[in-house]
Amino acid sequence: MSGHESTYKPNTGIEKWLDDRLPIIRLAHDSFVDFPTPKNLNYWYTFGGILAVCLVIQIITGVVLAMHYTATVDQAFGSVERIMRDVPFGWLIRNIHMVGASMFFLAVYVHMFRGLYYGSYKAPREVLWLLGCVIFLLMMATAFLGYMLPWGQMSLHGANVIINLFGAIPLVGEGIQSWLMGGPSVGNQTLQRFFSLHYLLPFMIAGVVILHIWALHVPGNNNPTGQEVQDVEKDTVPFHPYYTVKDGFAIVVFLIIFAAFVFYAPNVLGHADNYIEANPLVTPAHIVPEWYLLPFYAILRAITFNIGPIDAKLLGVLFMFGAIAVLFLLPWLDTSKVKSMRYRPVAKQFFFGFVVACLLLSWCGAANPDDPVISMGKDKLVVNYTDAAGIEGSRVFEEYAPAAQFRDEQAASGTASLAVQVAPAFRFLHLSQIMTAYYFAYFLLILPILGLRERPKGEPDSIHQSILGHDAPAAAPAE
Amino acid sequence: MSASDTTAPEQVDEERRDFIHIATIAATVGGAGLVAYPFIDQMNAAGDTKAASSLEVDISKIPMGGEIRVLIGGKPFFLRHRTPEEVASAVNGDTAKLPDPETDAERLVALPDGTLNPAILITSGACTHLGCVPVGPAQGSVGDYGGWYCPCHGSHYDTSGRIRKGPAPANLPVPDYEWVSPTLVKISL
Repeated sequence: MSGHESTYKPNTGIEKWLDDRLPIIRLAHDSFVDFPTPKNLNYWYTFGGILAVCLVIQIITGVVLAMHYTATVDQAFGSVERIMRDVPFGWLIRNIHMVGASMFFLAVYVHMFRGLYYGSYKAPREVLWLLGCVIFLLMMATAFLGYMLPWGQMSLHGANVIINLFGAIPLVGEGIQSWLMGGPSVGNQTLQRFFSLHYLLPFMIAGVVILHIWALHVPGNNNPTGQEVQDVEKDTVPFHPYYTVKDGFAIVVFLIIFAAFVFYAPNVLGHADNYIEANPLVTPAHIVPEWYLLPFYAILRAITFNIGPIDAKLLGVLFMFGAIAVLFLLPWLDTSKVKSMRYRPVAKQFFFGFVVACLLLSWCGAANPDDPVISMGKDKLVVNYTDAAGIEGSRVFEEYAPAAQFRDEQAASGTASLAVQVAPAFRFLHLSQIMTAYYFAYFLLILPILGLRERPKGEPDSIHQSILGHDAPAAAPAE
Repeated sequence: MSASDTTAPEQVDEERRDFIHIATIAATVGGAGLVAYPFIDQMNAAGDTKAASSLEVDISKIPMGGEIRVLIGGKPFFLRHRTPEEVASAVNGDTAKLPDPETDAERLVALPDGTLNPAILITSGACTHLGCVPVGPAQGSVGDYGGWYCPCHGSHYDTSGRIRKGPAPANLPVPDYEWVSPTLVKISL
């Protein structure tokens, strides 16, 4: 924390010499050794460290892959296959990079939900939260750019769909679109610039991560009670060894799960279509982004109606980007003075509803919007016919065979056609519309209004007191 | 220098300084803009990319009821040889309630002699929703209106390439093309 005095004592002559010129050991010591950290952080707080490890893994494996990858449309797909088959340990490094992207997002979502639950975005940590949102945006951009590089069917057509989103912007949309593609379509020139930017962005993420940690170390960590540190002696422990060990243990457990995917199911989170080389004339039947972008894809597709002069396509794009933009406004939308949802009995329920909404949106994003979630009745077949006397009629069938037979009989004497009568159902489209409404309501209605009306319950006076609560049940319960 | 120059009270001309500040800032911002321009413009289509933006296609090779698909600058285009029934169905559609009203005749380009060849329909092959390539007769699905069906988000196009059902906002656009001869068309982006 900014207030605390440096305890670093250079011991050797070299350390003293360096400390007078570049106090980098002092900076590391004050940031990661003797940094006073609230003593009640739980395992949800280890994901920051896990994410740092993820970024390092992605950069190292990515730099290695770039040594073997060729960014041209004729050779990209082949060069990835070569990495998988011929390059020594190429299969391992690519699997780590590919699974690593998913693990990175898994960790970042846990990290973000933790911040939402414990109110880590509230004063004095607004800038910390905003920098986190910037990192999240950069991560999504990096993942999208990287997904194009293998030049499979999903790479090409997924990129096509996303770039087309920019075309929905009035007036300048088409100009932006062709500027991004560098031509009339996603082609070689697009692949090359995506590769260049995919290599650049992780280093920008690393830069923002440094700012993120700086912004963390000015006010110090939030903690499950939401109380600020009042007494460094009573409320905190030094980062090392307490949290180096706790984070280290969490990282090891995380890496075990990571390794399980790398070695036993490297493709389970991807799409088989991406192992078919890109073909601009054939679109895969079902274009789906990677799992971590599904909630936003579901929001995009949930908007099938126009509002005033804004058509559904532009509106879908606005809602999708709005779903991310609203995160940037969160510190000023939540009006509650109480940070941690432990002590907000009503808000807590809405929060868990929000988590469920995000999971359901992911489910909708992966599904075909027209498929039923709950079907009400079976689809039927209708034969409309005009018989020899010119009388029109129709008959409904359950099975195909009798319907086809009846149609052929009628067609022999007059005209007849067969059509499907779709049964009413609660479809993925409807589910995604309801969940999109909840997503936005959570930020724009529930948090602003609830903060003013809710009565918090059982907040402890200090971090120290909340710890005592566990040991001495006779004292006021902390939770 | 005389003694009187050094002892004279120093006069700061604030307006003169403002001018220098503003001029410096203007030159810096203008310079940054000039430097930024080539770095932004380099991402636009290159000369060779633009040059590869037209194609001549022999339509006599298209079987009746079928279509061929060509790529121009990486963009897909459909050339469909419509059966008389498909033409009739497209003309019938002129009076239907269309999300993007256009008659079938408006979607054709006249031959040099001023007549239309309704059997040949030429459209873009990119769904106007999000740019997927719709499937057609050769892929086994023509949608509810006999034209094309986009499998990505379920848009149905009729035999004139007009949107009839689904999320796409507009008809499949008709590209710029001209009849070089009665069997040869030149399509440009």
